[in-house]
Amino acid sequence: MPGLTGRMSTVVKAKVSKLLDRAEDPAETLDYSYQKQVEQLQNVKKGIADVVTAKKRLQMQESTLQQQVVKLDTQARQALSGGQEDLARTALERKNVVQSELQGLDTQVAELEDQQQKLTDSEQKLRAKIEAFRTKKEVIKAQYSAAEAQVRISEAATGVGEQMADVGLAMQRAVDKTENMKARASAVSELEAAGTFDDITELGSGEDDIDRQLKQLSSAPAVEDDLAKLKRELTAPPAQGAPAAQLGAPALAPDASGAPAEGSQPTAPQAPAEGGQG
Amino acid sequence: MIVRISGEDQYRLDPAHDGRLNELDSDVLAAVEVGGEERFRDAYTRLLEFVRANGTPVADDDLEGSDLILPPSDLTLAEAGREFTGEGLIPD
Repeated sequence: MPGLTGRMSTVVKAKVSKLLDRAEDPAETLDYSYQKQVEQLQNVKKGIADVVTAKKRLQMQESTLQQQVVKLDTQARQALSGGQEDLARTALERKNVVQSELQGLDTQVAELEDQQQKLTDSEQKLRAKIEAFRTKKEVIKAQYSAAEAQVRISEAATGVGEQMADVGLAMQRAVDKTENMKARASAVSELEAAGTFDDITELGSGEDDIDRQLKQLSSAPAVEDDLAKLKRELTAPPAQGAPAAQLGAPALAPDASGAPAEGSQPTAPQAPAEGGQG
Repeated sequence: MIVRISGEDQYRLDPAHDGRLNELDSDVLAAVEVGGEERFRDAYTRLLEFVRANGTPVADDDLEGSDLILPPSDLTLAEAGREFTGEGLIPD
């Protein structure tokens, strides 16, 4: 069959037959193949462990960033109720960037999860095939003449060899994916380092490099939406009549633009009614 | 015929399906030549779905080799292009 499917089949077959050419003595070929298979199984285990480590690292970053979102949101509110709109805007800009990073991380964690599952499945299949090969090689050694054994060996080794090649490919793809994520992860670390403001007055007028970069990165309309929304929340008079209505859509009602406001994050409990802040 | 979907399973397919398999493979090839991630993704997913739906999974401890090996389901258009031009997923 030509097309997409032809090449991989050819390459894998060539690899397997190369493996079989190693030794002239059938018994030796069998033991050598088996030894290679067991080695490969160890590699797969290590590969899975690497993927798990990478995933845990990303999940830790996620929880740090989630805390930052909450903190920045609180800070934006504090700044706004203190009349410092610029400061509130800066906090919202940061929140915006952190949120989009979080989305990226979600995708990556899901991808790694998928890789981990695939590798685990592959490992299980490889283990089953190696076990079958181990049984078969003893039968071949005991029962067949050299010439006949050669044929049987190549049949048995093809199945395992193919599985080994396949696991190898899956591992290589997993490694490529985690490598790609490393670059992004270090960008996120920078963001973590920039962090929230320890002291709300700290930023004052002076913008640092990070602030300027953040401004470029963040999408201005979303930030302005957030800011407008926050203002409404802080200034809105207590809801007319029915307090139960607040539960439904806090602060979204007067939104004339109709745009689904970004960043309606888990800050909902800060309902309009509490706007006065004492 | 035994078909392996790389990263997944081996499937035993009745020879009666060969014709359809060839058609689906040609669709993928055409999609790669024209370019366009979406068209390629559609065509390749259809090919894999056909194998999964019509094949019987081969037992894990079965040592039979595959007649055909399909690249993994997350193959990108760029990778598919390289498969054709000779520099494939698995180096020679």
